[in-house]
Amino acid sequence: MLKRITSTCSIVSVLVFIGFAAFSDLSFGYTVKPTSDAEYAKTMKSKDGIFKVTYASDPEVIPVNKIISWKLKVETVDGQPVKDAEITVNGEMPEHGHGLPTQPKVTKNFGDGTYLVEGIKFSMPGWWTMTFTIKAGGKTDNVVFNLQLK
Amino acid sequence: MRRASGLLFVRAQKIILILLAISMPVIFPALRASADANDVMQPQVWSEEQIRTLRSLSLSSLPPLPKDSSNAYADDPKAIELGRNIFFDKRFSANGKVSCATCHIPETGFTDSLSLARGLGMTTRRTMPLIGVAYQSWFFWDGRKDSLWSQAIDPLESSVEHGFTRTLCAHLISDKYKKEYEGIFGKLPKIDHKSCPPKASPGTGNPSAIRLWKAMKSEDKDNVNRIYANIGKSVAAYVRQILPQPAPFDQYVDALVRNDLETAQELLSPDAVEGLMIFIGKAKCTSCHMGPLLTNSSFHNIGLNNPKDTGRAEGIDKVLHDEFNCLGKYSDAKPEECLELRFIDTNRTKYVGAFKTPTLRNAAERPPYLHAGQLKTLSEVLNFYRSSASSELEHQQLSDTELLKIEAFLKTLSGPLVFPK
Repeated sequence: MLKRITSTCSIVSVLVFIGFAAFSDLSFGYTVKPTSDAEYAKTMKSKDGIFKVTYASDPEVIPVNKIISWKLKVETVDGQPVKDAEITVNGEMPEHGHGLPTQPKVTKNFGDGTYLVEGIKFSMPGWWTMTFTIKAGGKTDNVVFNLQLK
Repeated sequence: MRRASGLLFVRAQKIILILLAISMPVIFPALRASADANDVMQPQVWSEEQIRTLRSLSLSSLPPLPKDSSNAYADDPKAIELGRNIFFDKRFSANGKVSCATCHIPETGFTDSLSLARGLGMTTRRTMPLIGVAYQSWFFWDGRKDSLWSQAIDPLESSVEHGFTRTLCAHLISDKYKKEYEGIFGKLPKIDHKSCPPKASPGTGNPSAIRLWKAMKSEDKDNVNRIYANIGKSVAAYVRQILPQPAPFDQYVDALVRNDLETAQELLSPDAVEGLMIFIGKAKCTSCHMGPLLTNSSFHNIGLNNPKDTGRAEGIDKVLHDEFNCLGKYSDAKPEECLELRFIDTNRTKYVGAFKTPTLRNAAERPPYLHAGQLKTLSEVLNFYRSSASSELEHQQLSDTELLKIEAFLKTLSGPLVFPK
């Protein structure tokens, strides 16, 4: 009986170890890559639901390792253009822990709720996130776009 | 007692089931690994996605020479010819023995075989390859230049390279290349010894040369700078034309694309094909060595820990303050065309110890390797990459056999070069 308990305990301790290994393995890539098409949409609501943001890339098919620009359309959730936003940009590869090789900026406010973002360069294929921090009308919110580049 | 121990056993079984479920992520990668091993057993079978990757690395995907908007003379045949003459002209050096070709030797793929480049003295870095250099955005190992023409003039004033002065460059053009120069850039301004002292130079680091330069009239300084920049623009016009020709790897991909498997098999050995599969697969080499020139022209710290050289971290400030950069008065570009410089990543901490990814084209032909020629063979480089703890390298576990196969593949990237004769 005692032997059975001892052997069970040793199996348990091995599996506890494996279990921890599994958890620590998972912790490396704990930002999970989105899989649904909706999460890769070009129109997204900001995290707290304050803004609705749409991007249009120039060129439309995003190349790797070339500087491109985006046009960003910022609206309130009920579709009113947000004309006076202050916007900052941050691009990242969550699985690799690094960002863009450039520092993109908003270089033009067209005055109708659209903005020009220049200096975007994706250095490699794979999953990227583009986070825009938008400040307007005393409110600040983030919007995240996912991209899968080939 | 018996009941209590029975209960304990049941609980233990439950725990085992839970832990088994938890450990699945550990077991599954192992299953995937064995699937990878099967793929390697049939190296000629490429998926559609892999073929796409192979095509992206092949020379058939190389676009035409990119426009250099900062150099209006980049594709002028007369500038190419003048640039070629200057490239080989040893008179552009303090001792009359050093030209660009001293380190960039055409017969050996426009580089030398030394760990550290040698001109008048010894530099701190390896001579960079010039193959397909026109496609890059940043120049030198630290990217301290943002155009090929501004790169080309930097060694002229370096005390350990050409050891020349900026004013002597202008004198030499005025004395020996007047006709050729004026045929491209228009009338030369008057360059005499009184207004442009031959020993005056702002970039040598020599205090008396700097003093003499500062004492010159701004108009004369501007004239000399203009000639100096145009020397760079001519040399760049020539160096732009140094281009790779198809290597066995490119011919292999071309054969695969037209579904000519028989020819493909003759072009690459089974080891090289397996090495290629590892290169684009588990070794993740294409994260940085991408595109037909097998470089992303960006900067990475591969874990060399060379405390004497911070690499890109210093290059950022140098290029931002360079009077010959894309936004400077000697550039032919409109400010809006200087995208790389305008949107440069200035996070210096991120780039401490980072150096530019070199092209892998003809890499097997030009040991030693890395920014200071630290390693003598491709095998040493691959072993170093495997052992490096740098977070920028993400390959999976690689065996000695796998490294040998990657090496076999790298050797298939060597091909002839074309350049203006």
